[in-house]
Amino acid sequence: MAVKIKDLPDKELLYGHKACQGCGGAIVARLALKVLGERTCVVLPASCISSVTTIYPQMAFFVNSLTSAFPAAAAVLSGMAAACRAQRLEDVTLLGFAGDGGTIDIGLQSLSGAVERGDDFLYICYDNEAYMNTGIQRSGLTPYGAWTTTTPTNNNAVGEKKFKKNLFEIMMAHRIPYCATASVGYPLDLLNKLAKARDIRGPKALHVLAPCPTGWGHGPEKTVEIGRLAVETGLWFLAEYEKGQVKINYNPKKFKPVQEYLIRQKRFRHLGEKDIAVIEEHRDKEWEILKKHAGRVE
Amino acid sequence: MEKKHFLSGDEAVAFAVKLCRPHVIAAYPITPQTVIVEKISEFVASGEMDCQYLHVESEHSAMAACMGASLMGSRTFTATSSQGLLYMCEMLHYVSGSRYPIVMVNANRTIAAPWNIFGDHRDSLSQRDSGWIQFYVENAQEALDVTIQAYKIAEDPKVSLPVMINLDGYVLTHTYELVDVPPQELVDQFLPAFQTTNKLDFEKPKSLSFSAPPEWQTEFRFQQFEAMEIAKEVINQVDKEFGRVFGRTYGGLIHEYCCRDADYVLVAMGSVAGTARIVVDQLRAKGKKVGLVKLRSYRPFPKEYFQDLGQRVQAVGVIDRDISFGYEGAVYSDVKAALYRPGAQVKTVNFIAGLSGRDITKENLAQMYEPLEALALGEKVSEIQFTGLRWT
Ligand SMILES: Cc1ncc(C[n+]2csc(CCOP(=O)(O)OP(=O)(O)O)c2C)c(N)n1
Ligand code: SF4
Ligand SMILES: [Mg+2]
Repeated sequence: MAVKIKDLPDKELLYGHKACQGCGGAIVARLALKVLGERTCVVLPASCISSVTTIYPQMAFFVNSLTSAFPAAAAVLSGMAAACRAQRLEDVTLLGFAGDGGTIDIGLQSLSGAVERGDDFLYICYDNEAYMNTGIQRSGLTPYGAWTTTTPTNNNAVGEKKFKKNLFEIMMAHRIPYCATASVGYPLDLLNKLAKARDIRGPKALHVLAPCPTGWGHGPEKTVEIGRLAVETGLWFLAEYEKGQVKINYNPKKFKPVQEYLIRQKRFRHLGEKDIAVIEEHRDKEWEILKKHAGRVE
Repeated sequence: MEKKHFLSGDEAVAFAVKLCRPHVIAAYPITPQTVIVEKISEFVASGEMDCQYLHVESEHSAMAACMGASLMGSRTFTATSSQGLLYMCEMLHYVSGSRYPIVMVNANRTIAAPWNIFGDHRDSLSQRDSGWIQFYVENAQEALDVTIQAYKIAEDPKVSLPVMINLDGYVLTHTYELVDVPPQELVDQFLPAFQTTNKLDFEKPKSLSFSAPPEWQTEFRFQQFEAMEIAKEVINQVDKEFGRVFGRTYGGLIHEYCCRDADYVLVAMGSVAGTARIVVDQLRAKGKKVGLVKLRSYRPFPKEYFQDLGQRVQAVGVIDRDISFGYEGAVYSDVKAALYRPGAQVKTVNFIAGLSGRDITKENLAQMYEPLEALALGEKVSEIQFTGLRWT
C-alpha cells in the first residue's frame, strides 16, 4: 500500500545526532524509522552514521541500536534473526544501516552469507560514494572521476578511475526476495520502498544514494536537489527487483546533461570534455543492461 | 544416572553443548574442531537439540552472529581453531568489551606459517588480551565438564564475560576416552535457563556495543578488569558446586599435584598435565620432591596462587607450547612475574615444547625436572630451553 506523507508518525526516533548539516545518510535513517517504527533494532557498522549517533552517553536513536564491527553488520543481523526465531519473537524489524564501504567492500562477504541464509532483515546501504567517516577515501562505490583523498586529482589524474560496483545486480544474483535502489532526492519513492520491504519476509536490501555535502563539496541545502539530479541525468537509477522481476521506477525519455549534476560538486570540478564523454558512455551502457533486466522474467 | 560413552574430545564437547541447550549455534569448519559442529548438526537434524543452526561464511561472521543472538537474549555456541580464531580476532574484543556471555571452544592448533594442523597454544595465547576467560583442559571429560561450567561462569551477572575453552588439537580433540555424560535433569538443575540484562529491550530501547569517548573508556575498561577479578572467585565456586552436583571437581583456577612438600615444580597447561603426573609419580618413587601445577585458567590469571608458590618452592619450570618471539614463552612471563615478589628466592626456567603437535614424552618431562633440581641446588642453567631441538 502506498505511503501517505500525512499518515507518517510525527514522533522522531532519531534526533540529537552530530551529522553535518544536510547529511543525506541521516535523512535516510530518519525516514526509514518513520516507516519501520518503534520495534526496530538498528545495526550500524562503523560509519558516519554510527559515529554521529551512538557515542556514550548521548544516544541519538530512540529505538534499540548497536554498533557492529565494520565487516559484520549482516552477520550480526543474521544472529539476531536466528535469536528471534529461537525465542519466537515476532513483530520485530531488524534493520542494517551501513555505508557504501561497509556494504560493497569489507561487508560484502557477510551480507552475501546472510542473504543466502534467507534471514528476515532489511539492509539499507546509504551510499555517499566514499569512506566518509575516515575522511573521504574512495570505496568500491565511488564513481568514475570523483576526487577523494586516496584518488587525488592533478594534471594527469582524473581521480577515481573505476566505475561503481553494482550492488543491485549482486543482490539480484542472490535471488533476494526484494531489493531496490532509491535516492534522497525522491523521498516518496524511498518511503514506498521502505514500506514494501517492511512487509516482505526474508532478506531485503535497499541501495539509497545519499549525498554528502562535506565529501562531495556542495551546499547543505542542495542535498535533495543533487539527489534528484543524479537520477535525472541517468547517473543513478530508481528500480526494484521483486519475485525475480526488475521494474524501473523512473525512465526518462531523455536524460539531463550530466554536467548539470557534476558541476554542482567540488569532487567533479576538475573533469574535462573527455572525462564527461567517458561518463556518458558508461551511463548509456549501464542503462542498456538495466533495461534488458527489466524486460526479462526469471 | 550418568552414562558412560566412548567419545573423542570433540564429541564430548558436542554432548556438553547439547546438555546446555543453546538457542543459536554458528558453525564454520576448521580442523581439528570440525567434529564438534558436525556432531551438533547431527543432534539438530535428529531433533535431539532444538536450536537455530547457522552455516556462516567465516569465523568473523560466526562470532558476529553469536553476538547478535546473545544481545537478543539467546544462549549461543561456536567453535574454532587456529587461523579461524585469528580471523575472528576483531569480534573477540567486540564481544568481551560489550560483555556478552558467549561460550566458545577453541581446538588448539598452531598458526601458519609454517602451515600445520597440529596442536600448540600459539593460537589462543595470541588472544590473551582479547578479554576472554581462557580455560585449558586435560582430557575429554574435563572438556565436557568445563563446557557446562563455562556457561554458568560466563552468565553470572557479576561476571558477564565470554569464555574460551581450549582443547589440545588431536591429542584431545581426536582421542577417544570413556566419558561420563550427565543426565539432562542434573544439568538443568545446575545451569538455569539463559537470563541476561545485557540485551535489547523493547519497553526501554537501548544502545549496545556503542562508542565511548576518552572521558568514558577508562571506566568501561575498569569494569572489565573488575569482572575478571570477580571471575576468579566465581570459577572456584562454580567448580565446587559442580562437584556437589556431579561428583567431579578440578580445582578451579589451578590444580596442584604433589606440591605441598615439593622442592621444585613444573607448570603446564592442557593435555600434557596427564603425562606429567605419571612422571611426578616416577620421580617421587626415586625420592625426588617434585610437583606439578596444572594451570587451568590462563585468564583470569591466578596471580595470588603463584605469589604464594614463589615463597614455598625453590625452583619452578614452565612449559610453554608457544613462544613470544623477542622474549620468551608467554605463560612463563606471567608465572615469573607473579612468583618474583620482593624477597622471593625462587629460580625459574622456561621449556618451549610441544610446538605444532610435537609429542612431549615422559622422557622429555623427566629431563625437564633435571635443570630444576640443578637450580634448586644453586647451579646455573640456561633460562630458555627448547625441548627436543635438533640443533644444540
Ligand atoms: C576492520 C576495520 N577497518 C577499517 C575501519 C575504519 N573505518 C571506520 S568507518 C570507515 C569508513 C566507512 O565508510 P562507509 O561504510 O562508506 O560509511 P560512511 O562513513 O561513508 O558513511 C572506515 C574505513 C574499521 N572501523 N574497521
Ligand atoms: S561527512 Fe557526509 S555522510 Fe558523514 S555526517 Fe557529514 S554529511 Fe553525513
Ligand atoms: Mg560512505
